[in-house]
Amino acid sequence: MENKPLIQFKNVSFRYNDKAPWVLDNVSFTIEEDEWVAIIGHNGSGKSTIAKLINGLLFPQKGEILISGKKVDEESVWEIRKEVGMVFQNPDNQFVGATVQDDVAFGMENRGIPREEMIKRIDETLKAVGMSDYRLTEPHRLSGGQKQRVAIASVLAISPKVLILDEATAMLDPNGRKEIMQTVSSILDERNFALITITHDLEEIVQADRVIVMNNGQVWDEAKPRDIFTKKEALREIGLDVPFVAILADELKQYGIPLPKEPLNHGELLEDLWTLHLRT
Amino acid sequence: MNSIIIGQYVPGDSIIHRMDPRTKITIIFFFIFIVFFANNVTSYGLLVVFAALSVFLSKVPLQFIAKGLTPIWFLVAFTFILHLFVTKEGELFFDFWIFEFYTGGVMQGLAISVRFFLLILVTSLLTLTTTPMEITDAIEDMLRPLNKVKFPVHELALMMSISLRFIPTLMQETEKISKAQASRGVDFKNGPIKARIKAVVPLLVPLFVSAFKRAEELAMAMEARGYQGGYGRSKLRQLQIGKIDIMVYLVFIAVIAGLFLTRTYG
Repeated sequence: MENKPLIQFKNVSFRYNDKAPWVLDNVSFTIEEDEWVAIIGHNGSGKSTIAKLINGLLFPQKGEILISGKKVDEESVWEIRKEVGMVFQNPDNQFVGATVQDDVAFGMENRGIPREEMIKRIDETLKAVGMSDYRLTEPHRLSGGQKQRVAIASVLAISPKVLILDEATAMLDPNGRKEIMQTVSSILDERNFALITITHDLEEIVQADRVIVMNNGQVWDEAKPRDIFTKKEALREIGLDVPFVAILADELKQYGIPLPKEPLNHGELLEDLWTLHLRT
Repeated sequence: MNSIIIGQYVPGDSIIHRMDPRTKITIIFFFIFIVFFANNVTSYGLLVVFAALSVFLSKVPLQFIAKGLTPIWFLVAFTFILHLFVTKEGELFFDFWIFEFYTGGVMQGLAISVRFFLLILVTSLLTLTTTPMEITDAIEDMLRPLNKVKFPVHELALMMSISLRFIPTLMQETEKISKAQASRGVDFKNGPIKARIKAVVPLLVPLFVSAFKRAEELAMAMEARGYQGGYGRSKLRQLQIGKIDIMVYLVFIAVIAGLFLTRTYG
């Protein structure tokens, strides 16, 4: 199957004003339909700016951005936003509705979707994120993870072609993070859309199909997660925390334990270790 | 923190709770008018029965209603006493030193007190049985004609609903900041009033800063979700005039008719 390009960045440069330094400097990449791409980088590497450019919340000074072949500009921006859904970092500051179902409805109301259809989609999407029991709950009675799940549901309700999670787990506790990542992967099994996860946490890139590493406004590397994990020293130099498993694997190798592949998580490392003698 | 209830809404499923908020607001609006038309015992009695029946049907525990009335007890007592001293009509029934009390004063005082009482009772019944969101929806709907004179009705309603939604969030934030500042040595509870007022500054400044930051992020999130003003929007929450509302309107019209009859013949 040949994949079609969904998002194309062509030599995009952006800065907030004329005197400011370039936040993005001649960035080009392509994201295909139904692909999961993780964009990773330290604070100020320009990764969140990419998200805002895709959604037309900001416009580049140089270069162009195409979504399904349409150029993102002032005219096409409302069309683009139907295809691009975003979940932001702070769970509280993106919850518009007075209750869960009002919030899921907000994006649909903006698009003038008829009421019956809204009710149907609210049911579907809340079920997909496992929040069906909370339809009439007010936001202050929800945990951060629950609020983010509602935010994901409200994006799914407009069935976008791409879902961008802009550091959506950064303000959550470890449980909330797990909750979100599990929700996302279960939805990906059932629906077709491209997923872009923007993060500074290397733990969150392991499930992605492809990783774009940003550094100082430029694409530093573009590779599969496993290949990224082999460049530990370089990652550390650009300010990213290498996960414990990767460090442990390195140490083990130094002690002469041959690991067949770069392990991505505890499970894989364990698998490699207990089968060690079977293979030799 | 889960106990925050905005306004004084008492959850329930009574007839009054299920009424369309527009019906409630309309009826209260006219009730406020007709209260001033009552002029004798029968007509007052009719209004009192109507109000009492509403309270009974709402199934709101009486202590909540009493709580809503507390701030006006003083006002009611004050106007009653004022009338007692000032009005010099009817028969003199009590004379003491320079004070002379007339029956007219007592009657007038009682009438005014009952009026006050009724007004506060029905309006607090509205907030006791209607969520702030319903009231916002009703206001948006009832102000819709003003759209013709370019009055931003939808924006006003959205502002109201977002403020309501953020009250608990900002309260939680206030608590967090006050704990953080207390741990740094700010004393909110002790000392002279001047010092305590000064202690509020380190609470308010961070609260405002964060509120503005929230507003900015919220605006961006709303835009990202396709918000472009009221035009062409559909609505999830819908108000619907039901059987209850029609019945209530009929009862209320009967009350008005009864009032004018008793006013003339009673």
